[in-house]
Amino acid sequence: MRRAIIGIILLLALSLLTFVLFFSSGVDVTRFACGKNCTPEKRATTEKALGYDKPTVVQWTDFLQGVVVGRDYPDDPELQRESPEIVTHCPAPCFGFSQVNAKTVNSLIAEAAPVSISLAMVAVFLWVLFGVLFGLIAAVRKGTWIDRGIVGATLVVYAFPTFFIGIFLLKYVAIKWQLLPFPQYVTIADGGVGEWFVNLLLPATTLALFYLAGYVRITRAFVLESLSEDYIRTATAKGLAPRKVLFKHALRAALTPLVTMIGLDLASLLGGAIITETVFSYHGLGALALRANVSYDLPVLIGLLLLAGAFVILANIVVDVLYAYIDPRVRLD
Amino acid sequence: MTVTPANQLEERTPDPKGAGPTAITSNSPTALAFARFRKDKKSWVALVVVVVYISAGIAAPFLVMFGVLDPQTANQDLLNANTLPAGDFWGISWTHPLGVEPGVGRDVLSRIWLGITYSLAVSLAAAFIAVFVGVALGIIAGFAGGWTDAIIGRVIDLVLAFPQTLLLLAAAPVGLAILTEQLHVPDGALAQGMFVVLVLGLFGWTGTARLIRGQVLSLREREFVDAARLFGASRRRIWFKELLPNLWAPVLVTFTLYMPAFISAEAALAYLGVSVRPPTPTLGNVLKDSIQYASGDFLYFFAPAFMIALIVVSFNLLGDGLRDALDPKGDR
Repeated sequence: MRRAIIGIILLLALSLLTFVLFFSSGVDVTRFACGKNCTPEKRATTEKALGYDKPTVVQWTDFLQGVVVGRDYPDDPELQRESPEIVTHCPAPCFGFSQVNAKTVNSLIAEAAPVSISLAMVAVFLWVLFGVLFGLIAAVRKGTWIDRGIVGATLVVYAFPTFFIGIFLLKYVAIKWQLLPFPQYVTIADGGVGEWFVNLLLPATTLALFYLAGYVRITRAFVLESLSEDYIRTATAKGLAPRKVLFKHALRAALTPLVTMIGLDLASLLGGAIITETVFSYHGLGALALRANVSYDLPVLIGLLLLAGAFVILANIVVDVLYAYIDPRVRLD
Repeated sequence: MTVTPANQLEERTPDPKGAGPTAITSNSPTALAFARFRKDKKSWVALVVVVVYISAGIAAPFLVMFGVLDPQTANQDLLNANTLPAGDFWGISWTHPLGVEPGVGRDVLSRIWLGITYSLAVSLAAAFIAVFVGVALGIIAGFAGGWTDAIIGRVIDLVLAFPQTLLLLAAAPVGLAILTEQLHVPDGALAQGMFVVLVLGLFGWTGTARLIRGQVLSLREREFVDAARLFGASRRRIWFKELLPNLWAPVLVTFTLYMPAFISAEAALAYLGVSVRPPTPTLGNVLKDSIQYASGDFLYFFAPAFMIALIVVSFNLLGDGLRDALDPKGDR
């Protein structure tokens, strides 16, 4: 409960900071929203319609009100009376209205989110599976060339920039050697789970290769540490199969740090993998953010920043709660 | 003043060159750490690579000055009709050991070499900021405790909750405007570089702050701090004269590990167009230019990425080696 309250306070601070940062910046935010043939009057109307003429703090409280009870765009009652046809209702939780796209931020996020979520899920699946597997192998074969090879190779792959790996997979694996089809996002409803997975394989691999090294290291380190513990010797001594000792007892020690890492990495990915989505032209949250940034679409940027921040804060809370289940020694206060 | 932890006292080993097992030398923890580091071949190789990169980075501007490296001249005559480098093996020659860029025709080696200078400069400056802020706040949080600690802890949470890349992207026009218009930094590579340095540094300090805070929490209970307090030492003196010298080991390790992180981050930012922009080369923006020719000119595509990977791996191995040498308990 205390964590949830701190989390909400953090989110409020995050949103206020974001507003101050963007609206006190001096960059003319209405220029893009107003369009090409912009007259001073038209600009003033736009400013009013978007609420940019109000002080930052008022805009912020309006935004918060929108999140809680929803709001109408444009907000101004005068403008609503003049041209009722453009009024858009944005139900709670309303994260704003993008003038550039003439859509609510919620609908833009709802369009892009499935892509980012699918990508994140497949990527997490890949790197956790291979990270833990390789980490275990490296720990069991400690000091041999297998161990050195696994640790070295994952570090080298990690050291190459993500966009280089992505472009390499795209240009060579998909186009030149044609080992996999050219990746295009296919929803499960359109192509079934198989199509969906195969098409996500390359971008997810790009992401997974970046995270793999960290998971191998953590798994290896904690398994190695626990392998020298007394309870492992006890388990072996009582005649438990080596495989069972490894998976049931040794791997257990790595579970807590792994859950922490998975939680936080997944949260940061759910906010959108900007580079990977751009390389593979997937229209997820990251690509949406990049487009919003180019057109200086502030409501979308703010919405995405807060969404991503909320994921991170939420993940922290979830990880803390999970601890208590994984490790009975940990108690929630 | 350096304190010898009890566990390191037991580690005094007989001098291998000594007369026999009786010849026991008393080694300082620093000497012990150095001895451990010396045995670590991997770290030595990494150290050599890092030194070579740094020397190359320092030398590059002078080589450009004397005309040995030429990162800007467009050698259009070396390109074929498809604007790819003419000749076999991606147009390698004695004058252009890595060939020339497709399209423009600038010397690739010169651009990568000078790119090392700019990438290292940016990462180094950002690492200094991150370490400085992190150490200062870590010491304050750890020593002051109570409300100060709680506030710094929440600020760290806040910084960590910000999606960095997204914020960097969004803040780029604003940040550059503030730098050039209000702080009167000349527009161009310098302002862009300063923006990258500031954002990397000001977002990167949280890890150091947490680490240092933890160290300070255990150090502040030690006798020498009590002694200093009894002498009537000011708080600032205790923070920076008594505690800081005991923190150099973790500070050195984190500093070394910041470098590869920031070199990678610069490359990622260059891809998104918010790092230093061409014609000033950085490893990141050379790679960004080269990926357009990923299938047409493999050497040009691979060379900058390889140079990034090599230095990132080396700095990581060096950091790990230093940590193992300085903190033999933490075997991770």
